[in-house]
Amino acid sequence: MTNMDQVLNPEHAVSQREELDAAVVRFAGDSGDGMQLTGGQFTQATALAGNDLSTFPDFPAEIRAPVGTTFGVSSFQINFGARRIMTAGDNFDVLVAMNPAALKVELTRLRKGGLLIVDTGTFNERNFAKAGFSVNPLEDGTVAPYRVVAMDISAMTMEAVKDFDVSKKEALRCKNMWALGFVYWLFGRSRQATQAWLTGKFASNPDIADANIAAMNAGHAMAETAELPDGLKGFHVAPADIPAGLYRTVTGTEALAWGLANGAELAALEILFASYPITPASPLLHSLAKLQHLGISTFQAEDEIAAACAAIGASFAGTLGITSSSGPGIALKGEAIGLALSCELPLVIVNSQRGGPSTGLPTKTEQSDLYQAVYGRNGDSPLVVLATRSAADCFEVGIEAVRLATKYMTPVMLLTDGYIANAAEPWRIPDLDSYVPFPVSFHTDTEGFQPFLRDDDTLARVWAIPGTPDLMHRIGGIERDYDTGHISYDPDNHQRMTKVRAAKIDGIADDIPPQTVELGPETGKLAVVGWGSTYGPINRAVDNVNAQGKDVAHIHIRNIWPLPKNLGDLLAGYERVLIPEMNNGQLITLLRAEYLVDAQGLNKISGQPFKITEIEDAILEIVGE
Amino acid sequence: MNDLAPAKRTAKDFATDQEVRWCPGCGDYAILRAMQKTLADIEADPANTVFVSGIGCAARFPYYIETYGFHTIHGRAPAFATGVKLANPELDVWVVGGDGDMLSIGGNHLMHVIRRNVDVQVLLFNNEIYGLTKGQASPTSRAGTRSPSTPLGSIDSPVSACVYAMGAGARFIARGIDNQQKVLPDIFKRAHAHKGASFVEILQNCIVYNDGVFANVTEKSVAAERQVVCTHGAPLVFGADGNKGLALDSATLQLKVVDVGSDGPAAAGVLVHDETNPVLAGMLAAMQDDVLPVAIGVIYCDPKPSYDEGMAHLKAEAKNRAGGADLKDLLHHGHTWTVE
Repeated sequence: MTNMDQVLNPEHAVSQREELDAAVVRFAGDSGDGMQLTGGQFTQATALAGNDLSTFPDFPAEIRAPVGTTFGVSSFQINFGARRIMTAGDNFDVLVAMNPAALKVELTRLRKGGLLIVDTGTFNERNFAKAGFSVNPLEDGTVAPYRVVAMDISAMTMEAVKDFDVSKKEALRCKNMWALGFVYWLFGRSRQATQAWLTGKFASNPDIADANIAAMNAGHAMAETAELPDGLKGFHVAPADIPAGLYRTVTGTEALAWGLANGAELAALEILFASYPITPASPLLHSLAKLQHLGISTFQAEDEIAAACAAIGASFAGTLGITSSSGPGIALKGEAIGLALSCELPLVIVNSQRGGPSTGLPTKTEQSDLYQAVYGRNGDSPLVVLATRSAADCFEVGIEAVRLATKYMTPVMLLTDGYIANAAEPWRIPDLDSYVPFPVSFHTDTEGFQPFLRDDDTLARVWAIPGTPDLMHRIGGIERDYDTGHISYDPDNHQRMTKVRAAKIDGIADDIPPQTVELGPETGKLAVVGWGSTYGPINRAVDNVNAQGKDVAHIHIRNIWPLPKNLGDLLAGYERVLIPEMNNGQLITLLRAEYLVDAQGLNKISGQPFKITEIEDAILEIVGE
Repeated sequence: MNDLAPAKRTAKDFATDQEVRWCPGCGDYAILRAMQKTLADIEADPANTVFVSGIGCAARFPYYIETYGFHTIHGRAPAFATGVKLANPELDVWVVGGDGDMLSIGGNHLMHVIRRNVDVQVLLFNNEIYGLTKGQASPTSRAGTRSPSTPLGSIDSPVSACVYAMGAGARFIARGIDNQQKVLPDIFKRAHAHKGASFVEILQNCIVYNDGVFANVTEKSVAAERQVVCTHGAPLVFGADGNKGLALDSATLQLKVVDVGSDGPAAAGVLVHDETNPVLAGMLAAMQDDVLPVAIGVIYCDPKPSYDEGMAHLKAEAKNRAGGADLKDLLHHGHTWTVE
């Protein structure tokens, strides 16, 4: 083999690389170090290399926390592999720590023997003090259990970009691309897509683009030539066996925006999306604001209440109103949502859940708004609640929310969370022509008209919109007469109306798919029941224990309200039911109340997603080692 | 004569079959009558007209008008109306509420519908009291108002509705009085004709909880002395024989009352009403003490592009820029890769 062979055929190098089935990489640095961009680029390159993947951006609430502090650490985690990837991973195989604070925050989750890459250019007394180290952690045995690559990335970045017309500050900011270049080599990734991205992003400032590219190339070259610990020659992760098709990466926010847009198209409606900025829901407003050419208007209202009200006003006038927020904002919208359900107008409410109560943990993930979604309004006020399980799933759930809202003239609460909103995964681009349209037909018939005329089957009322000749009518939040739609304080009528509002929502159980079992047996010793973004860790945990000879089932609920018709019977077929939730036990209350099932909870309320091992341990405790 | 021409609607045609449930003698009856007349006069299409209200006595208004109507929740009518107008800019949208609804719980939404300049007509029925909840002091109640919630007299300062609207950046401000059946429809017509948010305060008598609160302005015996009717291009004169006028005190930069002598208003320094002048409008809107008369009529009117026009423009521009690209194009845009 000649040297020329090696240059022309990089596959030769593969054989020397350490073969991995899957890997978890975490980029960690200061908020201003560009770790989210770095992670995003690595995600793109990894997807293009054919791995399955899942990501977890983990950033602080502060926009620019004081430099060098532990609470200013911003991290991006990616799990990728040659097999199906269900979560962003538990412990890391590679940790990139751009400063001592990042090392302090992240090191405990680097697996023993994992690769630690640090920028020694930031390892000085000042930063040690800020991070809470009394001595240099690289010298006191702290990093002994790991394979360490300690380099002055800052200095090498400055050197690499010195020929470009950029300020010192701009030059130093290229160090994330240096680190990315290094990690690209480690995993044999192509730099092409990132190079193209940098060129486009800094089109108006080519020197900055070139400096970043040079930094990336320098990092890449360093990895190729440096002596890595234990004679490491990088890693190789084979492409995953994933279904054929055209793919792209998608975040939960993007998929949800597109799902809602597609839903509206299938319903033959335009959208008014009215929202108020709140973490972590705002990105949905940003995503939809880019889709105005698809008949979507976005309205940044003066507050959460106005956002809900404007959306409902739009629905009254024949456009689909959608509003979105996180828990505190949903609380403010409660009264308006009650009006929408009592007036029986379609409305989609997206809740990107975050840690609560009150302001809680705005940037951390939790699924603790299930009670709020199902029960959180005055009066008997049922509505539809759906929960999405992953970034890609947001597309389908977005469509379903629009379908149910318009078909049944009801608010639909769509529960997602901060983790799903920001997480990215490869997504097979669906064939939009394969979706069956469900066009809305506005009521125009004057014969026997009253605004609360109901469909015999769905119990949905007619949707007669302003602008329609001779159907003028008045609706409002006061109880209305079942037969005429006029204001009514009649006791029997209120009982009847309350019952019909409940029956309409209950009846939707006939129009949703029956509950299926994701993994494992249809009856048996144990079912692990989840909802929302716990899908990944539960699924992998159940898969892992079943691979060890257990026979455990995973059931994941999308339709939180009404629940699927067969769910009670299905759960009754298991001796034990375990419900992992990122809250203090909410779905468990619902299922106990509905089915008298003696379920057991597994509750993680730390603002962090479940680790697979945490669920595995809980399963094994029940079914035995 | 063309038999197919539809008969012109009368005020009666804009009445619904619902029994009006305001207290007998309530000022709201008069406002309702003025509105029904207005709708007939402007030949409003009932199918294209929407009344949106919040909560309170005034907010029952939509139930009595034969158009589309949405009786929503307390304080939020401007936000609902914004959604209605953005969904269908062809609709003619009126917003109705009281002083509690619009200046207390809904003060925020009132400010924003005005400053965005959404093309709706906002009618604030100001009776300086909470009627539907049985008589508590409201944000427009005068200091010292005795009510069930303020038995020793209220201690908070009232807000002036028109000054508030001015501060929020309103481009149309008018004030009327419930029982002025000749004047009120004209004010409503002007508000309707104005493109953008039109704000109209109507001094409305609550016969049960605040009877006569505006008597010192509205009573026949004092009306001429206590009201100045603002007419664009006409001198700001008032009094029994038009013998008084408003002039600018250049020393204090405040309005003052001057006698109109035999040489006429101009010679007396009486200001000519210019409804496009925001400084004058601000001073006229603020006149509320016993020295100066209360301004009635169109105080300010200076249109600028409305929010709904802006949004329609953005949408058209977005469509134009996209050049026919649809959702399918979007999903395939950017980095994609094929798995065989």
